[in-house]
Amino acid sequence: MRYSGFSIIKQALTGHKSWPKAWRTPDPKPAYDYIIVGGGGHGLSTAYYLASVYGAKNIAVLEKGWLGSGNIGRNTTIIRSNYLLDGNVPFYEMSLKLWEGLEQDFNYNAMVSQRGIINLYHSDSQRDAYARRGNAMIMNGADAEMLDQDALRKLYPDLNYDNARFPIMGGLAQWRGGSVRHDAVAWGYARGADRLGVDIIQNCEVTDFIMEKGACTGVVTNKGKIMGKKIGVAVAGSTTKVMSKTGMRLPIESHVLQAFVSEGLKPIIPGVITYGMGHFYISQSDKGGLVFGGDIDGYNSYAQRGNLPVVEHVCEGGIAMMPYIGKAKMLRMWGGIMDMSMDGSPIIDKTGIDNLYLNTGWCYGGFKATPASGYCFAHLLANDEPHENAAALRLDRFSTGAVIDERGAGAQPNLH
Amino acid sequence: MIINHPLLGPRDASEFYYIGDAAMIMRPDAKPDDHSAETMAAFDSYQHHRDNPHGFHRELWYHEQGDRSWLIVTRNTTTHEITKVELARDVKLKGGL
Repeated sequence: MRYSGFSIIKQALTGHKSWPKAWRTPDPKPAYDYIIVGGGGHGLSTAYYLASVYGAKNIAVLEKGWLGSGNIGRNTTIIRSNYLLDGNVPFYEMSLKLWEGLEQDFNYNAMVSQRGIINLYHSDSQRDAYARRGNAMIMNGADAEMLDQDALRKLYPDLNYDNARFPIMGGLAQWRGGSVRHDAVAWGYARGADRLGVDIIQNCEVTDFIMEKGACTGVVTNKGKIMGKKIGVAVAGSTTKVMSKTGMRLPIESHVLQAFVSEGLKPIIPGVITYGMGHFYISQSDKGGLVFGGDIDGYNSYAQRGNLPVVEHVCEGGIAMMPYIGKAKMLRMWGGIMDMSMDGSPIIDKTGIDNLYLNTGWCYGGFKATPASGYCFAHLLANDEPHENAAALRLDRFSTGAVIDERGAGAQPNLH
Repeated sequence: MIINHPLLGPRDASEFYYIGDAAMIMRPDAKPDDHSAETMAAFDSYQHHRDNPHGFHRELWYHEQGDRSWLIVTRNTTTHEITKVELARDVKLKGGL
């Protein structure tokens, strides 16, 4: 059933009794043309674009837990394309353009809200760096605007402008950035893929890969063997765990990133805003809760929870930027496992094993990339060559030296 | 997390700086003019590839806010439980990992 205003009226008049299930719960078939390992945002969007754009049929998505139980369900929901480097900006701008048409495309209300993102600057040199970044964005077709303090004060009158050490001088705005209802992204892609015939198989853990003559021909799961002509892995923080079955060593460390929600408040933060003198980003959900986060904890972790020193550090950043949130009570906090790559940029590439493809290295920027990641991974799976916007996101870029080090921090994941 | 420092006793992990897999103390070696494929691959792997285990992990922590010693901490990455703490120099002098 296609969702529309008409369908809501019709269901309302008939007691909401005939809404169909949003997606099926099929048993796995013995073989598929495409198997996507990982039923999170990136896996589901890959399946959706494989079916809708590349016309592929006979696709399965295998998810170890329940649909969207990983990082798509535990992030701070920010979308933006305010990157600097060539390999990154076209990709993230593609993603932002896909977000803009997403709800009409997959016929689901994902609550895409382009409320604008502003990165604050606190010194002349930081302003110059942001002007350069803004120019790079504009040259790549994104939008950017430098705001001085007066313009910023109209939007956010009560920031800590006159701090003696880190005065807030202005910000780099991307008005098309914003936030999205994260769970609805998973549900929308799942429903959209299911409507195009994709089998989404939950509680199906891949425990091994089936290899024949150096090529991957299927996977072993807790629901039996499933053969596949092409197999794509998009499992974020579990990448090493899953891919270690193939014997590959990857440029990935798994780290925990914490995020936080306060109690519900009246509207005080109109968009997304980030601090320039510490790692802190915040927005306000439609329910009123302040949604915020900061740095990763900084040590390898597969536990979906972090430790208190980082909680303190994040909150210090928040109080330094907007002291007026100090009285708000924190309601919830959680941790997600990030696939931190060695240069802070993602990987969408072949693996060197025939028929096996890899989508990983999203660090803590995976949510905003969900549409373009799926689109480009689907392109790679369907055509055996990278999408033009993801051509730089190669697995071998570390040995060739063509890294995309947005932070300029070198091969140490906890600095990205 | 509390790290039981071999010299200073239990210390809060926030006193330390974390750099990652303890395998980094085992840097490959080569002559200055050796640009063979094996050597380049060894350095590439040393620099970029990680075991990233699900479970016990030996890793380097630097006691920046303390005695500035490098420690090798054995820690479970699924529970954050720390089971062993050694001075990195002791491990290296005994021949490495």
